Amino acid sequence: MNTPNLEHETDVASAQDAKTPAISTENGRWAGYRQLVMARMKEMWREPEVIFWVFVFPILLALGLGIAFRNRPADVHRVAIVAGEGAAQALDLLKASLQKGSVRTDELPAADAFNQFRLGKYDLVVTPKAGSGFEYRYDPVRPESVLARTVVNDAMQAAAGRKDALQVSTKASSQPGARYIDFLIPGLLGMNLMNSGMWGIGFALVQMRQRKLLKRFVATPMRRGDFLLGLASSRLGLMLIELALLLGFGVVVFQMRVMGSWVSVILISAAGALSFGGLGLLTASRAQKTETVSGLINVVMMPMWMFSGVFFSYERFPAIIQPFVKLLPLTALNDALRATILGGASLATQRTRLLVLLLWGAVSYLLALRWFRWT
Amino acid sequence: MRVAAIVSPQAVSFGMIQTMDVAARCRNLRKTYDGKVEAVRGLDLEILTGECFGLLGPNGAGKTTTIEILEGLLPQTSGEVEILGKTWNAHSRELREVLGVSLQETRLPEKLTVRETLKLFASFYHYSRSTLEVMEEMELTDKANSWVEKLSGGQRQRLAVATALVANPKILFLDEPTTGLDPQSRRQLWDIIHQFQRRGGTVLLTTHYMDEAERVCNRVAIIDHGRAIASGTPSELIEELGGQQMVEFEATGNCWGASDVWRSLPGVETVHVEDGRVMLSVRETHETIPDLLAALQKSGARLLRLTTRQASLEDVFVRLTGRHLREE
Repeated sequence: MNTPNLEHETDVASAQDAKTPAISTENGRWAGYRQLVMARMKEMWREPEVIFWVFVFPILLALGLGIAFRNRPADVHRVAIVAGEGAAQALDLLKASLQKGSVRTDELPAADAFNQFRLGKYDLVVTPKAGSGFEYRYDPVRPESVLARTVVNDAMQAAAGRKDALQVSTKASSQPGARYIDFLIPGLLGMNLMNSGMWGIGFALVQMRQRKLLKRFVATPMRRGDFLLGLASSRLGLMLIELALLLGFGVVVFQMRVMGSWVSVILISAAGALSFGGLGLLTASRAQKTETVSGLINVVMMPMWMFSGVFFSYERFPAIIQPFVKLLPLTALNDALRATILGGASLATQRTRLLVLLLWGAVSYLLALRWFRWT
Repeated sequence: MRVAAIVSPQAVSFGMIQTMDVAARCRNLRKTYDGKVEAVRGLDLEILTGECFGLLGPNGAGKTTTIEILEGLLPQTSGEVEILGKTWNAHSRELREVLGVSLQETRLPEKLTVRETLKLFASFYHYSRSTLEVMEEMELTDKANSWVEKLSGGQRQRLAVATALVANPKILFLDEPTTGLDPQSRRQLWDIIHQFQRRGGTVLLTTHYMDEAERVCNRVAIIDHGRAIASGTPSELIEELGGQQMVEFEATGNCWGASDVWRSLPGVETVHVEDGRVMLSVRETHETIPDLLAALQKSGARLLRLTTRQASLEDVFVRLTGRHLREE
């Protein structure tokens, strides 16, 4: 590539053979730090798996879950009507609903109707009772079944002549902000910051220790503080890209709206990236093998995947464990991100959550510094 | 007690050496791991400015522990260490600036290029050499833009030494620099060491290859079980065997039992018997062989094999310990 230049270099070198080599460079105070950050960034860019897991995977997850749980108009209620006397009357009462398309009916023998209801093909079974009236068979734990019972009952009662006592009117409203994807994207962002902090710092450090690279670095005048600062800086750089990609994806593909200020979102993400970096440093402080640290990282992350409200709200867990859930760093990060992105909350209102997050980071960092082994 | 006999003449020569310039020194060095395993048990070494000093010994002899203590990477359990007249406790940063280190089996980042790796290491030092010049010297210029993962074993090892040389060090520490390399790569590294020495650099290396110690080192210390069992120049050590030639033979019959017979042959200094092979260190081959053949004939044994060769450090080691350097 640049051969001519190098040939020139050869002549100089051979002429100087066996002489004291010229010192060509005086390196400034921050030269080592700059090179460490650059090296770390280059190494990551050149690792296809890192690119996939850090950047592509969260977006695929958001896309998949966003499509699967996208809000759709209410489904058609599937109703089985047991054939026999009275079936025709039921069909007649439901005529209006059938024309609107909100209800679909099939007429079939009792045994078949109940069997297929059990298998989930029907939401409701309507059995005409001897004499007059109907019996509904529904499943109270299947929301669509409960809904079908209400809808069918209302339709039949209205057709039979029931009058509503209260005059009401309704207005449909479905805006960005309340959809599942709106809930999901900040959660994925939090989870991604945790994953890349723990793996990007914890795993990477143990790998360097296992390869004796840390020991080799310590054998140079490299400042150890610069090394750690370099890791943190490259983590923050990567955080900005993760944030821009994932939120940008939500905004462009799912018309998400960021209600709070971008500065707040960036600052909260930075706090998250640094705290999980500290936690990663702590898990990596002693482990000699990458297998050991992989196990440790999973043990640390597992409770947060489950409890910290990445994919669904942690409000569903029993009240007694809620205080503990809220003390987890990922819960604090996810809540703060959601409050800012979805609720437009200011940074000041999130100070308790930020404090929880930064305490985790600071305590891990201090412990890690005490226990960390370079060799 | 044979050990004492071999070490004592060295003690005399060490006395003379003290007036010369010492680059690194340790006295009564001890290292105990976890309060149990004694890796180094009282080691005295003096490495002179400008020489290449070798720690020669089998695996597990304590070579790596010793060199890592001298490099300031491991604390000693007891004993004194001085590098360029300074101690690690008081001058660690200063010392790091002037020492070049290549560890046993460091795996440099796979996804950085040769040039990037050298720039990274150079940036840690206050003053560093031109990376172009170092690559040229290490014959890595062709590979400047190749990722480390694409390099051969020899190229990786040269890069490891290059990361030490960008610092323009006064002392170069090399731990098993040629282990696992092909013969050509080994010779290339030996040239690099010579070149560094010609510029006035001091080298301390560990090896379990006796040919390497003989070719590269001005002086060696033979290390076994954490102690120096002999030290001196390779030729001094070989001379101390008594003879510089080796005669090895195998014969039918129970001939290896008769050590006394072989010892009484003219010119024989030492006898070592191993797996039915008899090894004699002799002053002059031509003095011994006719009598050896006659003795064999007289006992009715038939000669199966007879070879002669120059004595090596391997023979010194076998003589001192009864074992081979590379016994597993």
